[in-house]
Amino acid sequence: MKAVAEEIESQEALERIDCGRSVSVCHSQDRRGDLAGRYDVEAVRADFPILGQTMHGYPLAYLDSAASAQKPFQVMEAEHAFYAHDYANIHRGFYILSQRSTERYDRARRVVKEFLNARHEHEIVFTRGATDAINLVAASFGEAFLKEGDEVLLTGLEHHSNIVPWQLLREKKGIVLKMAPVNEAGEVPLDEFIQLLGPRTRLAAFAHVSNVLGTVLPIAEMIRAAHEAGAKVLVDAAQSVAHTKIDVQTLNCDFLVFSGHKLYGPTGIGVLYGKEELLDAMPPYQGGGDMIASVSLERTTYAPLPAKFEAGTPPIAQAVGLGVAIDYVTALGLDRIGAHEAGLLAYATERLSAIKALTIVGTARRKASVLSFVMDGVHPHDIAQMLDGRGVAVRAGNHCAQPLMARLGLPATVRASFGLYNTTADVNALAEALEEVEVVFLQ
Amino acid sequence: MSHSVELYSKAVLDHGRHPRNRRMIADCSHSAKSDNPSCGDNLSVSLRIDKNGVICEAAFDGRSCVLATASASLMTELLVGKTPTQAKMLFRRFEALAAGDTGEFKDGMDVETAGMTILAGVNAYPARMKCATLAWKTMLAALENERNQQ
Repeated sequence: MKAVAEEIESQEALERIDCGRSVSVCHSQDRRGDLAGRYDVEAVRADFPILGQTMHGYPLAYLDSAASAQKPFQVMEAEHAFYAHDYANIHRGFYILSQRSTERYDRARRVVKEFLNARHEHEIVFTRGATDAINLVAASFGEAFLKEGDEVLLTGLEHHSNIVPWQLLREKKGIVLKMAPVNEAGEVPLDEFIQLLGPRTRLAAFAHVSNVLGTVLPIAEMIRAAHEAGAKVLVDAAQSVAHTKIDVQTLNCDFLVFSGHKLYGPTGIGVLYGKEELLDAMPPYQGGGDMIASVSLERTTYAPLPAKFEAGTPPIAQAVGLGVAIDYVTALGLDRIGAHEAGLLAYATERLSAIKALTIVGTARRKASVLSFVMDGVHPHDIAQMLDGRGVAVRAGNHCAQPLMARLGLPATVRASFGLYNTTADVNALAEALEEVEVVFLQ
Repeated sequence: MSHSVELYSKAVLDHGRHPRNRRMIADCSHSAKSDNPSCGDNLSVSLRIDKNGVICEAAFDGRSCVLATASASLMTELLVGKTPTQAKMLFRRFEALAAGDTGEFKDGMDVETAGMTILAGVNAYPARMKCATLAWKTMLAALENERNQQ
């Protein structure tokens, strides 16, 4: 009996280490909201130790989650516990640690697969981030399927990471890049996007949510239209994945990418989802260990998916952390997170609209968790500096989207972005700091 | 009150919002343009150096934040009457000041450079150093870039 009890106990201990998240998942459901949909943001904030700080004597109002999200302690603890108990290189050891490490890495892939509702686990490729994933598709899909004169259709609001890889491919292959225009509100009108789809369009690549304006693009319609034109589709979900539920089978996109660090997970890990038949037909992106079946000096055969695209030792602990971050947002519920953030965005829009010198940039009908603005006569960097002096962390600049800024005729904006831990107090701090900017700079 | 207010003193805001010599000199002898890619700002500096080798006119133009504008405005005031060599010495003083060095200089230009101290506060904000030195670096580039006289 004693032996059995000990075994159960140690099994439980193992599960606690193994799935530090299983503790947090229950905990989330208990503490962070009830089934009626009440969202207890203070309980959520208690999971984010970094948010408890003061800056220059003011409570930190972290409004830069669109650049990178903060991490809950569950993610930090999972990474720590993984290194403390289970770490070794994956896919090669005959010893227990390597097996455990491999299991944890593979589990993370299963979590991502479920999260995106992909058909197969091997359609999930771990990358360094969204940028790396787009570069992978540009290089590998470009190699296999694009030739001179073929067209890739982007939109005018893309992040540089969804522009430059295609420009590099243009230099190499002579493809043609087209950009669907952006209107005054910061939307990509569907009809104008459709007009640019032609017989030579092989791929359409676009953001789900604009990192500058928060515009939500009508991606379901865009994907359908691109497919009708015979093009494949890549969705850049870097700015949407933390705010809204994504189902790659319903969307029927061919590729989708996101970064772990914007989803409350670690840096250095990202995801490429690709349809099996496409990934199978694409050549490897990088060569190295772990992506081969056999190597001789004459000939190398490649490993099956997803290993074919994961050369070298991957970011193992980061994948584990990403899995736990996904557990975290899933337990909270993306619907509830999205609703909470929509409430903050609406409140912030209302508060900031009352500031006379301030103009909100981007007035799309559908927006998510990003609020960009400018103030007459005050440079965005000076605004951000003043806000920092009151503990309000925002981004100012061109947000790695210079073509969009050129379209808007602005050198820079200030951007406040909201995450699952932000509160109306954060919005109040922002608004009060902006009122002070008005007093100091404009009176 | 925002902690950053100390950076935006009355003197800085005065130069930043009512900059001196904000124009291009049509018949300049030297000019250069710089970009600050992190914020999309750009700044041009034009100088006119007379036949005695003295800067007799200095101006700037472009799009920049208050710090960069104030620094440019102040610089154009300080440059007039200086030789290119003295201008370079001024830049070194400005750089040292912005880096937090308040020690004594033995270059005999203390009186002329007293005004610079209004920007000394930038040393607490390393991210803004680029803004404060943008005009000065553009001026150095201009000195290397003599315009072909038609």
